[in-house]
Order: sequence, then C-alpha cells, then structure tokens
Amino acid sequence: MNWIVALPEIVLALSGMAVLIAGVFAPRPGAFQLTSMLALGALLVTAGLVVIAPAGVGYGGLYVADAFSRFVQLLILAGAALAIILSLDFNRQEAELARFEFPVLILFAAVGMMIMVGATNFMTLYLGLELQSLALYVVAAFARDSLRSSEAGLKYFVLGSLASGLLLYGISLTYGFSGSMSFAQVARALLSGTPSVGLVIGMVFVISGLVFKVAAAPFHMWSPDVYEGAPTSVTALLGSAPKVAALALLLRVMMGPYGHLLSQWQLLIEIISIASLVVGALAPILQTSIKRLMAYSSIGHVGYALMGLAAGTQSGTTATLIYLATYLFMTLGSFGVIIAMRRQGRSVETISDLAGLGRNDAGLALAMTIFMLSMAGVPPLSGFFGKLYVFLAAVQSGLWTLAVIGVIASVVGAYYYLRIVKIMYFDAPVRAFDRRSPSLSFVVAASGIVTVFFIIVAGPVTAAAQAAALALLG
Amino acid sequence: MIFAIAVFAPLAGSLISGLFGRWLGDRGAQAVSVILMLVAAFFGVVSGLRLLTGLVPDGYVFVGDWLHVGGFQADWSLRYDSLSAVMVMMVTVVSTLIHIYSIGYMEGDRSVPRFFAYLSLFTFAMLMLVTANDLLQLFFGWEGVGLVSYLLIGFWYDRPSANDAAIKAFIMNRIGDLGFALGIALVFFLFGSIRFDTIFADVVAQNHAVYHLFGANLHALDVIGILLFIGAMGKSAQLGLHPWLADAMEGPTPVSALIHAATMVTAGVFLMVRMSPLLEYAPVALAVVGIIGGTTAVFAATIGCAQTDIKRVIAYSTCSQLGYMFVAVSVGAYQASIFHLIMHAFFKALLFLTAGSVIHAMSGEQDMRKMGGLARLIPYTYVMMWIGGLALAGIPPLSGFFSKDAIIDASFYGRGGGYACICVELATYLTAFYTWRLIFMTFHGPRRGDAHVMAHVHESPWVMRGPLAVLAIGAVFGGGLLDHYFVGTGQRAFWNGSISTVNDPHILTSIAHVPLFIDFLPTVLGLLGIATAFVMYMLRPDLPALLAARFGFIYRLLIHKYYVDELYGAIFVRPYHALARAIWHVGDEDIIDGIPRGGALLARGSAGGLVRLQSGSLAQYAFVMLIGLVVLISVFLIFR
Repeated sequence: MNWIVALPEIVLALSGMAVLIAGVFAPRPGAFQLTSMLALGALLVTAGLVVIAPAGVGYGGLYVADAFSRFVQLLILAGAALAIILSLDFNRQEAELARFEFPVLILFAAVGMMIMVGATNFMTLYLGLELQSLALYVVAAFARDSLRSSEAGLKYFVLGSLASGLLLYGISLTYGFSGSMSFAQVARALLSGTPSVGLVIGMVFVISGLVFKVAAAPFHMWSPDVYEGAPTSVTALLGSAPKVAALALLLRVMMGPYGHLLSQWQLLIEIISIASLVVGALAPILQTSIKRLMAYSSIGHVGYALMGLAAGTQSGTTATLIYLATYLFMTLGSFGVIIAMRRQGRSVETISDLAGLGRNDAGLALAMTIFMLSMAGVPPLSGFFGKLYVFLAAVQSGLWTLAVIGVIASVVGAYYYLRIVKIMYFDAPVRAFDRRSPSLSFVVAASGIVTVFFIIVAGPVTAAAQAAALALLG
Repeated sequence: MIFAIAVFAPLAGSLISGLFGRWLGDRGAQAVSVILMLVAAFFGVVSGLRLLTGLVPDGYVFVGDWLHVGGFQADWSLRYDSLSAVMVMMVTVVSTLIHIYSIGYMEGDRSVPRFFAYLSLFTFAMLMLVTANDLLQLFFGWEGVGLVSYLLIGFWYDRPSANDAAIKAFIMNRIGDLGFALGIALVFFLFGSIRFDTIFADVVAQNHAVYHLFGANLHALDVIGILLFIGAMGKSAQLGLHPWLADAMEGPTPVSALIHAATMVTAGVFLMVRMSPLLEYAPVALAVVGIIGGTTAVFAATIGCAQTDIKRVIAYSTCSQLGYMFVAVSVGAYQASIFHLIMHAFFKALLFLTAGSVIHAMSGEQDMRKMGGLARLIPYTYVMMWIGGLALAGIPPLSGFFSKDAIIDASFYGRGGGYACICVELATYLTAFYTWRLIFMTFHGPRRGDAHVMAHVHESPWVMRGPLAVLAIGAVFGGGLLDHYFVGTGQRAFWNGSISTVNDPHILTSIAHVPLFIDFLPTVLGLLGIATAFVMYMLRPDLPALLAARFGFIYRLLIHKYYVDELYGAIFVRPYHALARAIWHVGDEDIIDGIPRGGALLARGSAGGLVRLQSGSLAQYAFVMLIGLVVLISVFLIFR
C-alpha cells in the first residue's frame, strides 16, 4: 500500500489534532494566538511536504497525488494560511471570536479540501467534501452570540445538506448504472456505447451538488447571505480556498469519470456559467454592503472559471487553474482591505464607508484599486490573464455565445468595480479608519504584489497549470 | 545645388523663427527669416539666370527617396527647367519684398515670430510646388500652401470673421483638391507613373485611351485635364469656387499681397502650364478652361465695380486677372499666361501693398466711402497706386500692357477663342473702370473720413515704402524688358521645351500680325474705363447713386456678388447643417448614446429583479435550487 501519497494530508490532520490539544492546555488569553501560529506552522510544513511528496496512486485506487493535486493543494494551503493571518487581528478585536478552535477548524477544513482534490473515488470525494463542509459550517456560525452569524451558519448547513443529498443521490445513480465508485472504472464503463438515462441523470445530480459548493447560479442563493452574516475573517476564507478546492474537484470529476460524456454535459456547464456570469454582472450593481458585493462578484468569477471547464479541453483546464490562482489572491487581498474597514473598534461594511480612502490611507486605497481593476480584468494585472485564457479556451472550443456573454458581463462588471475606485478617490472623505494591523498589511501587500507582478511569473505559472491539466487529462 | 539652397532657405527660416521665436524675440525672428529670404532670393535669381542664359543645362536636383510602393514611385527632387526657374525667381523676389514690408506693417502685433514663420513656410511650400518633378510633390506643395493660407487668413484667430474666412477658404480648396487628387490617381492609372517626364513622353501613345464612365466612353486625357482644372479652379478662385478669395482678405494685408494675389492663387495657372504637354491633347478640357476663365474674368470684374472695401476690390480684380491667364491657357498661349502671371505678381502685389499703406495711414479703415482726398496727405502711396493701376489697366508702356495684350491677341487667334476674346475685352474696360473708381474714391474728392482719423494720416515708414518702389520698377519696366523673351521672338530659346504648344505652335508669332483694331482695342478700352470712372466719380459724383437707383436690380446683384454665397448657403450649407444636426440628435444622441443608456437601464432593472429574488428565506433558496436542478435535467433530456 502506497500510503505515502497521502502523507501531507495525514500530517496536516495529525497536526490539527495536536494543535487542538495544545489549545486546550494553553493559558486562556493567549490560546488563540498560540494555536494560530501553530496552525500556520502546520500549513507551512504541509506545503513543503506537498512539494516533495512523490506522485502516485495509493490506497487501492482511492487516492492520488499528481501535478494537478499538487498545484491546487498549494493554492488551498496558501489560501488557508492567508485566511488565518487575516483572522489574527480581526478575531482578537471581536472578543468572542478569539478562541483557539478557530484555526483548528480551518486546518480540518484544509485537510478536507486537500482530500477532495486528491480523490479518485466517489467515496473519498464525499468524505473530503463533508469534512470540509462541516468545518466550514461551524466557522460560519463561529460568532455564536451574533444572530447574523448563527443564521448564516444555519442557512449554510441546511442548504449544504440539501446539496450533499443531491450529490449522494447522483453518486448512487452513477454507481448503480456503472457498477463502480472508482473514477477510472466509471470512465471505462462510459467509454463504450450510449450511456443510459439513469447514469446521465445521476451525473446532473452530481454536478448540482458540486456547483452548490462553488456557489454557481442557480445554486448561489446561500452565498450572499452567508458572506454577509459570517464574521469577515470567515468570509475571506469561504471566498477563497473552498472555491478553489470545489472547482478543482469539479474539474477532476467532469474531466475524469464523466470525461467521455463531454458532449452531454458541455451545454449544462455552459448554462450554469452563463447564469453565474449574468448574476455576477448584474446583482452587485445595487448592493450597498461590500461583503454582499464580494459574494456576487465571486459568483461572477466562478462563471468565468466554469468557462474553462465548459471548453472541455486541456487548454480550458489550464485556463481554469490559472483563473483560480489569480482569483485566490485578488479575493484575499480585497478581504484584507474590507477587514481593515474599522472605525473606533467597530467593523463597517457599506461601500460608502470607503469614501475618501484615497486621501485617508493612500496605500490601502491603491491596493484596493489594484484588486478591483484586476477583478475587472484590466491589463496588465493578474485578473486580465485569467480572463484572457478562459476566453481563448472558450473560443478555441467554438463556444462563441459563452465568450461573447463573458465579454459583455465583464464590461457590465467593470461598472461596480470602478464605482468602488471612484468612491475611494472622488467622494467626500468620511472619518479615517482605525490603524490597520501589520498582519493585515502583510496579506494586502502580498496579494497586491502577486496581482501586479503576475505578468512576470505568468510563464512558470502557466507551465505548472499546463502540467496539472496534462496530469488530469492524462 | 544653389537651386536647392533657394528652396530650403525659407524652410530653415520658418523653423527657426517658428520654433525659437520665443527666445529670438520679434526682432530676432524677423531678422532670421528676412535674411534667409534674401539668401533664397539671391540664389534663386542666380540659379535662374544661369539656366536661362544657357550656362547650365536643364535637369533636376535629387533630394531623397520618398515613397516606393509597388510600381508607384515618388521622390523628393527639384525640377530645374525654364518654367521652374522663372517661377522660383518670381516667388523668392516677391516674397522677400513682402517679408521686408511686413516688418513695418506687423509692427506691434502680438505674435510677430509666428507671422514670419508662416510667411517663410508658405514660401517654402510654394517653391516645392513650382519645382516639383512629379505630381505628388506638386500636390505636397499645393496642400502646403493651402495649409499656410488657412493659417494666415485666420492669423488673427480671435476674430470670428477671420476664422470663418479661413475655414471657408480651406473647405473650398478641399473641393478643388478632390478633383486634383482624382486627377493624379487617374494619371497614375493611365501612365503607371506620376513623374512629369514619363507622363509627357507617353501622352501621344495614350491619346486614344478611354474611360467607361456613367455608360459613356470618355477620352481619358480630357477627363484628367478637367479633373486637374477642377483642382486649379479651387486654388485660383475660378467661377464656382471663387467666394473664398474675397473673404480671405480677413488676413493681414501682406498675406493678401503674397498669397492671395502674387503666388498661391496662381498655382492653378502654373499647374495648367506645367501639364501643357498633356493638355494639348485634351481639347475638351481646354475648351472648358476657356469658358470658365473668360466668364470669371468678366464676372469678377463686374463685382469689383460695386465693392466698397478697398481690399475686396483688388481681390475681385485678382480673380478676374486669373481668368485672363486661364484664357491664355485655353488657346494654347501658355507663355502668355506665365508672362501675365509674372507681371501680375508685381503690379498686384504693388496694389495690395499700397492698399495696405492706405489702410495703415487710415488707422485700419478699409471702407473707401470713408476715405477720399488722401492724395495730398500721402503722395508717395498715391503715386504707387497710380503705377499699379496703370499696369493693371494695361496702359502702355507699363507691364500689364504687354502681357494682357498678348493674351487678348492670342485669344483672338486661338481656336475656340471667340467667346473668351469678347470676355477679356469687356473685362479690360471694367478693370480700368474699377481701378480708377478705387483711386478716385480713395485719393480724390472731399475728405469723408473721421476727423480724428484724418488728423493722423501719415506716410508709411521706409521699410514699407522701399518694397513698393522695387515692385513699382517691376510693374513699369518688366513688361517691356521681358516681352521679347516670354512671348516675343526669343520665346522658343527662352522656354527651351518646358512648355508644349504642339497644336498651334505659331500662335505667338501670329500675335504680331493681328488686325490693327485688335491691337489698339485694349488700350482704347482701358482709357475709356478710366474716362468713365473720371466722369462718374470726379465730374458728376451724384451719378453712381442715380444709376444705382435706376438699375436697382443690377446694383443689388453686384453688391451682393451675384448672391453666390447665399446660393451656396441654401444649396449646401443649410441642408448640410440640417443633416449634421439630424445625425447628431437622432444618430448620435438617440441611437449611439441610447444603446448604452438603455443597456444601463436594463442592467439596473435586471439587478433590481435579481436582488428582489434574494429574500433571505431558506425555503425559497432550497426551492430555487431544486427548480434549477429540474431545469438542468429537463434541458439535458431535451437537448442531449
């Protein structure tokens, strides 16, 4: 048994438990601080292991470590680590959030995400997904005395359970009609002949369950409420690593076991992509809360990422992976700015609170401008390249409708991104925000640097994404 | 090589005074441009004389490559033949005199360096035009003088009327330029080259080429000739494209003298003469040239008889004299055309500068009705005006007599010259009349000017009077001295093949044998015109008012310049404005702006709908998910 392929996950899971025990025995006031640092250390070690761990299939075909999983797992670990850093200061300010379980839960969620990405069997997939989801349900409701946070957690949990039910039903149908849970064997079963109706309906259920996790329309309704209700440090996490993990999982499933049914599911993914693009372009226009705006904006980004999947080619997969990489940092950086929106110790969350940031805090305003322009797809920022590659992939696959709608959506979307820039620089200043903590500044600066200088590393990143896509499509 | 110095010295002067005028100051910019113009004039005259006296042969000075596209080839080069040399000499000398005159005239203006930069740039463009070795370089100079003309008419850009006049001149010239550009394109299409030598060598071979246009077979050379003439009409303000010239008087007076009398407006005539080897095989085009030229000569002269603005009278006179030159072209007497062009440059520049001197004396007043009795106050200017007037009216032995006589005689003999001949005879009478009307109204009779203005009437400074004297010498003696070379027995050696007269090679020799009455008629008509003016404005000053009342219709027609501006306004300008306004309001505001505005409204409306869907109700969210699932499955089952 080649257990070493799962070494990073095992190490991360064990350190999660160790950090938990350390937290229990740690002196009260400093426990959160301590566990956070330990968690960051664990994530760093795991990332190292991911890089050096050998590739291969293990556990009787249940699990795989390849270029694809390595690429995505590194993104996940980076996302989780930055989310923990973002929470360091924020959680201390909101008294009830500064509990040592917080980083531990994030570690478990990260383990779940890593398993999702490495899964080669529907059972492994489901286990990873649920581990991740359960941890996230809890952190969404982490501010347990806050009505909004509890509501968010509950909504997420109920709807998530519904999605899990759809997924499980789909998996069972797939198993029933193909006779296997293994990706490879399902793929082999679908290789010959016309697939039965039951199998493809099962596939639709699987797709529905998975796109819920990425909050693609029409399975997106939970995300604005959860984004808004959850503590902002949790929102930052929800918007970043889990989306990357779930989209990677979707890639793995659609290109793997269902790969031969491309002609069948292509239209579905197109529809979901278009619906997400439309929602992501239009709904944010009227928002007043910056967190809700980010929720809708991320629905739009998922729509773009799905364009690469809809292309159904290696270049499409590459494009989606690059899109995810750029998206992760833009989102974490923007949430860093949002977390910095704090006056006299209290968080403020409306867009108009950003007024005059250009004069009050030029550095922060510049960073936010970079993230907004990048999300709008302005060259030479990273967001431009993400969009460029998915559009190229869509056009190469002849998906003109999708590409045209994507371009129109990005034009409309530019409106609300630019509106934020306009508010920061041209609206009358309101009172300045509180001093931002060094940890926040670090995340914002790091994400900003990645976003601005992506153009320099675009070559190596693209090469890594191509290798990942090649590993997936084999 | 010295020929090239003559051409490029004005460019250097323009660049220096234009780019560094701020540091050089007014005096510095003037000095640089005038000195470089003197250099240009010296080298222009020397190189011209060397060629014309046979010291050096014809040829061209290669300057550099320009365009090589496929079979199309155009280079920068300076043609060096008798025609170019004559033009270069005239342009550099007259331009230098006007540069010097401008030092006095523009004294105290706010942007003197800019003025001198423009003047020198104009001179350069004009020299490029006359030394062009192919049609494209000629077009370059053509457009260059058009541009500078625009800049100089609108020189006082804070006056709305000057801006309007500048735009009018530019647009009118554009219409002509379209014809010219099409002509060049057809030349290239037909001959495969735009080099003069290549074209002229191939004309005979292409004589039978035809174009199929509008269902008719048109003689190719005639089509080209007419298109080129349309270009010439715009530049030389011939009937139809003439209204801009009178309005161009909004520019400073030296500009009127240099550009709108002596040089630029003659570019059309020069083009016709330069293309003489081709036009000789385009009989229809030549007939058109004759009809338009003759009509313009009379038409513009009649308007000149009723104008009261001193500069406008001379402007219409210019228009009329250009008609003479085209008449000469149409009968094949190209030499006479150039002869008149050169003589006209001298006496018309003299008249304009003298008018400028009068305006200067009258503190900017241009209306002749407010002048009168100036003869004793500014005697020098008065004498100069007489000299210019006598030359213009063609009274022997001044220069105008020789050149005008040659044209009239040639038109009498030339084929199809009947109509043109009558026109130019009539115009001769009118020319003398309006010139002396101008002199009498300005210098004689009661002093009608404002007492305050009249008290300040003074002779211009020497820097202005000097150039007048030089031009006057040219206007008095030029004709007699050059007659032999330009149109007399020495013309064949003088022109040395640069002008072609294959159709009627003997037209110039036959001039000498015209009937006696034709020989004397112009002089008699000129004297008659002077006499008429004397009667009307000196003996019976009440007569003009009586005539105006008696023949009210004709008077109104003349004072309104035959209502051409109003006609164009009704036919072109107002419909064009209406169309532009319609495109603006309907096309741009409603449709082009409407699409994004409607798109924005649609986006906001849809956003509102999407946001309303987001009610916060858990059950509804779950319901939407399931509906989504059902829809996906249905789509799947239907479309797979």
